[in-house]
Amino acid sequence: MSDGHANTAGHEEEHEHHIVSPMVYFIIFITLLVGTALTIGASYVDLGPWNPVLAIAIACAKATIVVLYFMHIKYSSKLMKLTVGAGVFTFLILVGMSLSDYISRAWGQW
Amino acid sequence: MSDSHAVAEAGHAEHHGPEYLRHHFVSMDQQTETVSFGMWLFLLTEIMFFGGLFTAYLIYRNWYYPAFVAASHTLDIKLGAFNTLLLITSSFTMAMGVWCSETKKKTGLILSLVATLILGLGFLGIKTIEYSEKFEKHHVPGTTFDIKGFVHPSAEALAGGEKALAPDMAAKTEVYFSLYFAMTGMHAVHMIIGIALLCGMLWKATRGGYMNGHIAFVENFGLYWHFVDIVWIFLFPLLYLISRH
Repeated sequence: MSDGHANTAGHEEEHEHHIVSPMVYFIIFITLLVGTALTIGASYVDLGPWNPVLAIAIACAKATIVVLYFMHIKYSSKLMKLTVGAGVFTFLILVGMSLSDYISRAWGQW
Repeated sequence: MSDSHAVAEAGHAEHHGPEYLRHHFVSMDQQTETVSFGMWLFLLTEIMFFGGLFTAYLIYRNWYYPAFVAASHTLDIKLGAFNTLLLITSSFTMAMGVWCSETKKKTGLILSLVATLILGLGFLGIKTIEYSEKFEKHHVPGTTFDIKGFVHPSAEALAGGEKALAPDMAAKTEVYFSLYFAMTGMHAVHMIIGIALLCGMLWKATRGGYMNGHIAFVENFGLYWHFVDIVWIFLFPLLYLISRH
């Protein structure tokens, strides 16, 4: 790279190292605090079976912005995005299938 | 496709780039990408590990719902919320630390790391208060575990809407507390490891470290610290909140 060699052509899709500005971090920080307040507030409202669903949905939203901004995935290469996406996908399959198995079995009394 | 270039480049006798560029990498870009790729693979295994605990928690909560609701009510929501605040703030200060190392601000980096360290220790301090309360109330699984409070709730608990549990269901609160200690305990272990790494990083930063552009350790520690934050983002609602109303 230092000598401007032609080999950089093959690396064009690789990202320039992106420095995320403090302002972005601060906005994300405030968003996370708002998300925490929302999830605490929502827990005092009786939504029946939807309470855990809403809590997990808010947690997923918070986790997503942490991954995208604090952990820089939004500014990363396609390889990194794909890796994280594939990991999360595998995770959801493992958890989702385990849960659907337990929930759908008629095991009677527990 | 650029492999042939990589080989050709690596074969050069002269060394391009800074001295911390390892000889088997073509460029700093490639080295940085490789290091954070490895870090992410590690974090993904960690996600699978905590995912197993979360799944166990959700399944047992489904089975022993009344016990999990009653046991969850014994947690202090204020302490949990304050700890969430501490941890999210420490994630922010750590992100600022990464920015300071990227822009070569020594004082800023030291201050960010100190703030992250203090917030992390604060989190563990509050966790200690919560744990000691569990010992006092005999809510620690094992021989001292006592279900009396769940079978015969106090008058004020009953007035607050708490229901008495049958002894066999009340016994299942021990499952809740086992999972509570397993999940928050593993999370705390990650925090302690993180704090140890933070101390090492701080020691190096005060001696002018990470100012030459070689900041892979700061960046990847940042990834680890944010991951620990994400785990807590899920633990807090699952353990403290969803059975509250």
